Amino acid sequence: MPEARTETIILNMGPQHPSTHGVLRLVLELEGEVILGATPVIGYLHTGFEKEMEHRTYHQNIVFPARIEYLATFVEETAYVLAVEKLLGVTPPPRAQAARVILSELSRIASHLVALGSSAIDLNVTSLFLYCLQDREEILDILEMVSGQRMMHGFLRIGGMQWDLPEGFEARVRALMDRLPARIDEYDRLLTDNLIWRRRTEGIAVLSAQDALRYGCTGPMLRGSGVAYDVRKAFPYSGYDQYDFDVPVRWNGDAFDRYLVRLEEMRQSRRIITQALDRLPGGPWIVDDRKVALPPRAELTRSMEAVIHQFKLVSEGLHPPPGEVYAAVESPRGEKGYYLVSDGSNRPARVRVRSGSFNNLQALPVMIHRGTVADVVVAIASIDIVLGDVDR
Amino acid sequence: MIGPAARAAQVVEQFGPEARVVAFRDEVTLVVPGARALDALRLLHEAPGGPPVLTDLTAVDRHPVAPRFEVVYLLTWYAPPERLRVRAVVEGDPPTVASVTGLWAGADWLEREVYDMFGIRFTGHPRLTRILMPDDWEGHPLRKDFPLTEEPVEFLGHTPRTPSEIVPRTPPRP
Repeated sequence: MPEARTETIILNMGPQHPSTHGVLRLVLELEGEVILGATPVIGYLHTGFEKEMEHRTYHQNIVFPARIEYLATFVEETAYVLAVEKLLGVTPPPRAQAARVILSELSRIASHLVALGSSAIDLNVTSLFLYCLQDREEILDILEMVSGQRMMHGFLRIGGMQWDLPEGFEARVRALMDRLPARIDEYDRLLTDNLIWRRRTEGIAVLSAQDALRYGCTGPMLRGSGVAYDVRKAFPYSGYDQYDFDVPVRWNGDAFDRYLVRLEEMRQSRRIITQALDRLPGGPWIVDDRKVALPPRAELTRSMEAVIHQFKLVSEGLHPPPGEVYAAVESPRGEKGYYLVSDGSNRPARVRVRSGSFNNLQALPVMIHRGTVADVVVAIASIDIVLGDVDR
Repeated sequence: MIGPAARAAQVVEQFGPEARVVAFRDEVTLVVPGARALDALRLLHEAPGGPPVLTDLTAVDRHPVAPRFEVVYLLTWYAPPERLRVRAVVEGDPPTVASVTGLWAGADWLEREVYDMFGIRFTGHPRLTRILMPDDWEGHPLRKDFPLTEEPVEFLGHTPRTPSEIVPRTPPRP
């Protein structure tokens, strides 16, 4: 009897493919419908942000983080300013810290809504995508009210914020937070009780806790696999240790569990926002240190010293002491960290952006091994990558 | 709880004067020579309390100081939460250091990125190729002697510009 010959075929998926959520190319080795090997090819969105940031002052660099990862904009800005503040040894006033928490959590909800909607549309649940984007738009309206921009805010400052939270902000956020639980419950019912959704996500794209740790996965990827690591709890920043919230964890490590973790995280973000609004402190929104923050406008007409400080900050910028720091935040896509090296001049000697998406995407071949091509779409959606964040 | 300073001290005890510990803003950095980096990381990997997670692996170019390259490993223990940075001073031309893909699978892409951006070679890496830049790219963009300019295009009469530098670089303050 002749031996049965099997041939594998190489299939190129992407870079122009709607389910890759950006520009990602996957080289799949297939035997029939079964995946034997997968090689992600990245770099299509590489824009050299790290190099650009070495050529600008610390203050000018504030605009970059939100452009690297454009779904959770305030989380990104917080990560960068925290790193510079750590380098300088500056602590922002309580009001700025609480405002950063509120804005970050609003960004997190907005980002998780996109993750939820886009993973639903990949499995042809089109209506949910539209509901999610409608809610996200309400959040972006609030962020625009605060900063003047829907997405690329450039609103946070080293040592605080550009200006105070606007009038009517609290009422508007509270109104949204009152509506939100019913909306999230509706999405929960729409997907969790949906037989097709469950069959397509349960037991699909499984990542074991061991693999998640070996690959350095963070965020919902890690917590969906049973490891309760959240930067907000482990290394608290911006006063997160004062708020009462839970870190949702699931144990199966499949696409369904990651979806449930994100859903629960939105509810927890709402809890944090309401607590932060309840005890939003008054007072200044930026540090009163003339070597770090610009002097108030009114002072410029009266004080020569203020004019000199203004001139020095605008024409040269900050001079942090030589050294290196790493500041991390919990972004919707895992640990987002900025590693800054200062040589004492007015520009960073090295800016390293540690992105959650990069490490999470690296585990994709493990997740889809011996799965089918159709499951690749589910796997990519459940990682919730931002390709701009992967390629930087 | 062991603490990052105690973990670093254990390595220094084994390594002697080759290794030293730097503390800045409550962050502990262990500095080791590049040739001993893998040994130091293996010691930390096998220390009691379970292996750490390799949160980040990157490099710094200290040009014109020699040796100019440093590879930086950021280790995180999740429970209890601790962080330790290991900085390896890499020598040689091309600069070479041992790969840590045997300890952490996630080091694969991170080391490829460092190779791509700095030209540092990792011996023992399974497939050390470019990852972010095109395969036929010349040079390593994050090196300090690699200029930041526009990519050349094939239009007549167009010379690549350097992005505007509105605020000039000022030297460190004394």
